[in-house]
Amino acid sequence: MTAIQLRGRGRERKLGSTRRVNLVPTIILIIGALYCVLPVLWILIASTKTNDELFSTAPFLPRFDGGFIANMQALFADQNGIFGQWVLNSVIYAIGGGVLSTIIAGAAGYALGKYTFRGSKWIFRLIVAAVLLPQIMLAIPQFLLLAKFGMTNNYASVILPQLVSPFAIYLCKIYAEASVPDEIMEAARIDGGSEWRIFWSVGSRLMMPALVTVFLLQFIGIWNNFLLPFVMLNDNRLYPLTLGLFSLMIVTGGTAAQYSIVIAGVLVSIVPLAILFLSLQRYWKIDLISGGVKI
Amino acid sequence: MAIAVQSGRRRTKRGSSLPIFLVAPAVILLLLFTIAPAIYAIDLSFLHLKISGGLLGIGAPKEVWAGFANYIATLTDPEFWSSLGRMLIVAVIGVPATIFFATLFALCLDVKRARLVGFTRLAIFLPYAVPGVVASLLWGFMYLPATSPIGGQIINYFGTTGVFFSVTNVAVWGVVGFNMVILYTAVRSLPPDLFEAAELDGASELQIALRIKLPLIAPAITMVALFSVIGALQLFNEPTTLKPLTNAITSTWVPLMRVYAQANVNNDIYGGAATSFILIIMTVGLAVIVNLIGRRIVGRESK
Repeated sequence: MTAIQLRGRGRERKLGSTRRVNLVPTIILIIGALYCVLPVLWILIASTKTNDELFSTAPFLPRFDGGFIANMQALFADQNGIFGQWVLNSVIYAIGGGVLSTIIAGAAGYALGKYTFRGSKWIFRLIVAAVLLPQIMLAIPQFLLLAKFGMTNNYASVILPQLVSPFAIYLCKIYAEASVPDEIMEAARIDGGSEWRIFWSVGSRLMMPALVTVFLLQFIGIWNNFLLPFVMLNDNRLYPLTLGLFSLMIVTGGTAAQYSIVIAGVLVSIVPLAILFLSLQRYWKIDLISGGVKI
Repeated sequence: MAIAVQSGRRRTKRGSSLPIFLVAPAVILLLLFTIAPAIYAIDLSFLHLKISGGLLGIGAPKEVWAGFANYIATLTDPEFWSSLGRMLIVAVIGVPATIFFATLFALCLDVKRARLVGFTRLAIFLPYAVPGVVASLLWGFMYLPATSPIGGQIINYFGTTGVFFSVTNVAVWGVVGFNMVILYTAVRSLPPDLFEAAELDGASELQIALRIKLPLIAPAITMVALFSVIGALQLFNEPTTLKPLTNAITSTWVPLMRVYAQANVNNDIYGGAATSFILIIMTVGLAVIVNLIGRRIVGRESK
């Protein structure tokens, strides 16, 4: 009997006594989940309120008198619809930068993982050393260098510095070593496949799980980046969402007149990404990250 | 076959240029956007502007060798050390909190007969999808007395000590879920027969978690700690975004904000470059130290 109950994961559990539910960890997890979700829920509720209601009504009760739609309209109408432009820019930066940097990291990782060539050891050492160098610390030196050549304040100035991620290359190298067997490559060679074809039709397919993970990591990293666009861009039509919302807040400043617009903007920038990532969660190979760094 | 196994990695046949072609974009970009900016920053940090008077009156300012003047200026500036101190306070609160809660949640998720595991795991991971700037705005409204749903009218979230906890809270909220998932993956990858034996011997879930699982995931915890320390050194988004809401956060509140203010607001790119370089050295140094300590701990555990 006890043996069955020990194994019972699910349906039988309800039949057994509630004693069998391990309460303490469940409660800890619920508290943790509330801590993480309540602020987002509150923003959702706050977005249904007009500016006056924001200061006067119960914080955790939504209002249904058209405040939500009015706030959204105000948000997207603000400064000739610049918010929509910011959303579009973030998508361009994150998808463009994410795809390109994944291709670059995948190609380099495959080359370093599956071939030995002149300088390959030194290149790998350089990349491992660069992993320790925090990218955000480089944002201002990157700005200074690009500014010297007058190359700031455009899309490229935000995308180019984020194209190469030493950590992503490192992950791809480890993964290529482990998942692309030499035997398959050798068999393809005997069949007359060129090295390029082997890479394209064998290597890149076998590396797909690592590539998806790298893409998601890069996508989030670029989407969330703030300092780099903050130093590189002057023209607010080039801003990504993070910088755009920050500038809205600065404009709003200490005055509370426009809080409801900023709150609506915060909601719009959370919800789509949250849905996207929670739904893609099972494609994440986070164990790859832990396995990769353990060395 | 035997050769393939033995060599593991193969030398390119027929002198294929493919690997060089594949690795070239990464290397070129790394040189252009990581190495070159770092070298340029080092170069700038030893220069300063001198306005050449000359006979014709106003000459264009010229870059001249400054020696270590910029470094000395940064290292003797009390505000630099205060900003470093504030960052350390945030790190001292935030890093242990992140590791503690991430480990706690990861172990709870793995307890048998814990309920709502799938839902809570997703919920705790959710903030990872929220950009730091947006998270700071979100929490900023929660802290602001005018809009606070969590008692900002009574509690001063931007008080002299409160502000440190407020900033730390935003940062921890953003990363605890990601670290939890990494640690949970580590727990799940442990061989289950380890616990079955302990269970048969009558060990409680708590004992299994603390005595068996916790020591075995020590390497993963070390890695999470390393990431958190490096993350703390890069603190910028949260205080910068909270700044418009309160006077408690100055424009040089943490070192990176000071670099930004120096280079982009005061146009002192030489001083900014020197401070940047000092910070890069400190970060890399600390990362190496934490890594070494971590390896030693892991080495001892495995013995």
